Amino acid sequence: MTNKTPKPQPVSQPESDRYWQGLKNEEIWLQRSKATGKFQFYPRNFSISDPETGADGIEWVQASGKAELFTFAIVHAAPHMGFVGEVPYVTALVQLEEDVIVPTNIVGIDPEPENFVIGMALKPVFEHSEDGHTLLMFTSA
Amino acid sequence: MPNIQRLKNLSGQAHIVGVGESNKIGKVPDKSPLAHHSEAAINALDDAGLQLSDVDALFTAGWSTLDVGEYLGIQPRYTDSTSVGGSSFVIHVAHALAAIAAGYCEVALITHGQSGRSDRAPIPRNPGAPMSQYEAPYGIIGPPVSYAMAARRYMHQYGEDRTRQAMAEIAVSTRKWANLNPMAYFYDKPTTFDDYHNSKWVAWPFHLLDCCLVTDAGGAIVITTPERARDAKNGSVKILGAGEGHDHSGISQMPDLTRAFGRNTGPQALEMAGVTHSDLDLAMVYDSFTYTVLVSLENLGFCGPGEGPDFVASQRTAPGGDFPLNTNGGGLSYTHPGMYGIFTVIEAARQLRGQAGERQLDKCDLAVAHGTGGLLSSTGTVVLGTD
Repeated sequence: MTNKTPKPQPVSQPESDRYWQGLKNEEIWLQRSKATGKFQFYPRNFSISDPETGADGIEWVQASGKAELFTFAIVHAAPHMGFVGEVPYVTALVQLEEDVIVPTNIVGIDPEPENFVIGMALKPVFEHSEDGHTLLMFTSA
Repeated sequence: MPNIQRLKNLSGQAHIVGVGESNKIGKVPDKSPLAHHSEAAINALDDAGLQLSDVDALFTAGWSTLDVGEYLGIQPRYTDSTSVGGSSFVIHVAHALAAIAAGYCEVALITHGQSGRSDRAPIPRNPGAPMSQYEAPYGIIGPPVSYAMAARRYMHQYGEDRTRQAMAEIAVSTRKWANLNPMAYFYDKPTTFDDYHNSKWVAWPFHLLDCCLVTDAGGAIVITTPERARDAKNGSVKILGAGEGHDHSGISQMPDLTRAFGRNTGPQALEMAGVTHSDLDLAMVYDSFTYTVLVSLENLGFCGPGEGPDFVASQRTAPGGDFPLNTNGGGLSYTHPGMYGIFTVIEAARQLRGQAGERQLDKCDLAVAHGTGGLLSSTGTVVLGTD
């Protein structure tokens, strides 16, 4: 095939511009409630732990990047034409030190089940794409 | 919070009087999704002894009721396009009960039609939605990947080997029921535990045989007042209890990957119906994946968290077992066009009316139908009983 189907790209929204811009700079910026101190992912225009305060109740804080594996799957049947050449690949939910869960890929580890242990320490990998956005992936710490 | 006393007054105030599938289900490239809606609607109305001109309320999901109503050529006075995934049609049953009891309508038609296998124009997702923004770029797309990650977390909490065995038990027992249902995709194809373990990986920990079918099919349900139900051509089924809700959309936002919203809708539906688990003769539990069944049985309260593997052990849910489950063969082996929930209700109604052919249960007076929609996101539960 000459026209390879592209992968879906993140369509940044006004409340998430700072998150996606941060990844381009290889930084993870998260929203935290000023009142409760709780982090949230994904970015919203208010804190779900303090809804009444609205947008003023939010501050942006840079995350440490320390993370552990919460769960994963090894994808063998591509769910989208853009991933046909990628299988098998590893999808995961990763728990950041700030106690939020992010959807991601685990890279740099042979995609066999025994190589992944729930709770294993991970560190970020910033995957810069040709079309200008950056994805947050993880590998063994 | 739901007002259980008021809900108890609603219990039984509407009856299912007709159910049906589209004329042919499975691989049907020569029919559009709307054709499946219309065939199923006409078949269910015929089962009830009613006609399209009797319908004054329309419910559907996936499609808008505007499109379906126009295609059917009807002008409903009550309309509900609640669309929260494959559970939607179970939720529609509850909404129809409330609408009929309130007096908005008398003959409610719920339709479903989807060409998951052959559709020329699948419905696109909103690219600005959080799921599209944060999950899709990583290839976290579609149900198998998301449900597989939930299942892997369950394995971590409750044991990988016993979870794997439970998933195999469910795949095999469900196929045995399909082998008794001539409408089932796998009617003529038995399966074994070896077949399960040898089937290819779709998204580890899911084998192919952990995953539902992808078919073309339609289904429909007709609901009316207890008074009009007396004239039903083939008998009627009382809607006794219901619950609905959701707690996330994308899998990464699910509060607990091992506990879906059935933890609320199951107990509510049973309490509204005034019944307990041991009263139930049949469980129709949406089986998008084997794992969906495992977690749903726990959420509904048939057993505790982590006890599902013991509950389904030794083919207890197969024909002849003491816990009949998904007697039509389920989404795993009967049909699954994409939003399967309506078929849990259709099969429950058939069993309650004694019209389930070779797979008919000896005793079936009370049934629960439980739909799960999206990525373990929404659930709808109804309790149905013989009239």
